[in-house]
Amino acid sequence: MQSTIFAPWEDPEAKPLIRFQNVTKRFGTFTAIDDLSLDIYEKEFFALLGPSGCGKTTMMRMLGGFENPTEGRIELAGKDISGVPPNKRAVNMMFQSYALFPHLSVWDNIAFGLRRDGRPKDEVAARVAEMLKLTRLEKFGRRKPHQISGGQRQRVALARSLAKAPKLLLLDEPMGALDKKLRQDTQFELMDIQEKTGTTFVIVTHDQEEAMTVASRVAVMDEGKLIQVATPDRIYESPENVYVADFIGDVNIIEGRATLEGEETYRIDWAEGEAPLRATSSTRLDNGQSCFLAIRPEKVTISPERPEGAVNAVHGKVLDIAYLGNISTYHVELASGTVIKAQAANTRRISRRSFTWEDPVWLSWTVTGGVLLAG
Amino acid sequence: MRRFLLIAVPYTWLLALFLAPFVIVFKISLSDIALAIPPYTPTLDLGAGWEGIKTFFSGLDFENFVWLTQDDLYWKAYLSSLKIAVISTAFTLMIGYPIAYGLARSPEEWRPTLMMLIILPFWTSFLIRVYSWMGILSQEGFLNQFLLWTGLINEPLIILNTSIAVYIGIVYTYLPFMILPIYATLDRLDESLIEAAEDLGCSRLSAFWLITVPLSKNGIAAGSFLVFIPALGEFVIPSLLGGSRTLMIGKVLWEEFFSNRDWPVAGAVAIVLLLILVIPIVLFQRNQQKQAEAEQ
Repeated sequence: MQSTIFAPWEDPEAKPLIRFQNVTKRFGTFTAIDDLSLDIYEKEFFALLGPSGCGKTTMMRMLGGFENPTEGRIELAGKDISGVPPNKRAVNMMFQSYALFPHLSVWDNIAFGLRRDGRPKDEVAARVAEMLKLTRLEKFGRRKPHQISGGQRQRVALARSLAKAPKLLLLDEPMGALDKKLRQDTQFELMDIQEKTGTTFVIVTHDQEEAMTVASRVAVMDEGKLIQVATPDRIYESPENVYVADFIGDVNIIEGRATLEGEETYRIDWAEGEAPLRATSSTRLDNGQSCFLAIRPEKVTISPERPEGAVNAVHGKVLDIAYLGNISTYHVELASGTVIKAQAANTRRISRRSFTWEDPVWLSWTVTGGVLLAG
Repeated sequence: MRRFLLIAVPYTWLLALFLAPFVIVFKISLSDIALAIPPYTPTLDLGAGWEGIKTFFSGLDFENFVWLTQDDLYWKAYLSSLKIAVISTAFTLMIGYPIAYGLARSPEEWRPTLMMLIILPFWTSFLIRVYSWMGILSQEGFLNQFLLWTGLINEPLIILNTSIAVYIGIVYTYLPFMILPIYATLDRLDESLIEAAEDLGCSRLSAFWLITVPLSKNGIAAGSFLVFIPALGEFVIPSLLGGSRTLMIGKVLWEEFFSNRDWPVAGAVAIVLLLILVIPIVLFQRNQQKQAEAEQ
């Protein structure tokens, strides 16, 4: 493997662009951010992900200068920025509502920030033209915000916030108001633009798919704390706890008790009358400790017979089938009453599907297929 | 037929309450003064048939309108009224805008109370409120007594019976008409627009001038017209607070009508005042219409 992969967070020498140091933010008696520390590096596309009210928007507003931390410090390029007003920060924000100025044309909206810097006219014009080109809005410069579509408005907001070439761009639910198809296109466009401009992006979203698609690293937040900060694949494949496993994507969670069997291999006794399951874990668990086994539905194989040599296999009958076109999710009820989801690609036409309701089936997965988490 | 009946109702209303009185006043303005009851001539005598109608129309002329241009009292009064209306509208805006702004930014639970405080004076008689200003502004009034007591002045200020008293009266009376429409536009203003402006490099003050003011333009226009239009024809305030030296067209109109008993000239003064007022009223209507279109 070449070492050209973009991963400054693994380099102990790298200096972070943004550094949260033990930041706490309280609104009255409510603690929105609770003693949080986080480093974000230059050129990252960093996603803050969590349910509403988890504090992700407060984090962003503190970066933008609209809120100040109650305790702790926030550094931008090595300088403490608490108390610096928004108009004095090399940070721009794209608002969830877009906040386009309704009395100004698209062109004037984009030029707004440049003019405040008192730049010469031709420079402003050149920069606005560049931004219009970047966001493919050349034809709409003269229109007012209410005369363009939602997707175009979103691009105007992006162009406006990028016009001043900020060190850091904050995006607050940038695709919240777009429909699904447009959102997917826009996600790739956003990644393109981020790459072209080399700006550090911090995005706030509650849509885990969006965070996984665009971000170089994802921070999963809950109740003002960071639960896990990692690359999308690590968040998905090796969540550190049940909250992250459950929040990201679809997952089967089996509760049981772990017993060490071999090197890093554990036996999990989980239900009366069901064979014990086996899984590996690099973190140590005590014998008899309660634990959770998280298995993604796509890692579970569904078959009519018990597969030869399968480590983990359970028997049940098909309770429900969710047909999603390219794949199907089978809900299988075991004898103990537990329902386990398994996903399979629809390689055949639907009329020739191998399984249907009430069919007895076997579910199996490998010893590394699931993630063992301490309870 | 049903559609005709439906629009006939409002049109009849307009005809009875606006057009008919206007035609009567217009007719009086074309008549000549006479020592009679009513105090003008000619009057329409339908009993004399066709001949009567002919004499009636031959008796009408534009003499009174010509007269308005000959005596400089009238155009001076119109100009003075315009000046007073413009200046007091400007003052009302200067005082009303910050109040509306404060109201729009006040905590949600306070707003009904604050709004009530603004509307409350309307619940007492307008006339009594103007009279009470006489009590405040006169030489022995509360204001002078207070200023003498604090030692800021040695002699009482002469405010009552000057144009300053008229400005105070008009600003006081019409302030709510300025505050309410401005408040309505500021209340709808999205807070994130101000944050976006600050984010893009505006100070608080420049964000106010570049975003808040342009976006409350419609409220400013509506409020200004609502103050300017009644202030131009104002009669009660200048006659009670302005003394004999303040010249306003409303007062001239009153004197022509009641002191001189010259109904035809008074009619002509009223018609010209109406024509002057029609311009801002039309502008006001267009502003309202534009606003309604912008919201669609």
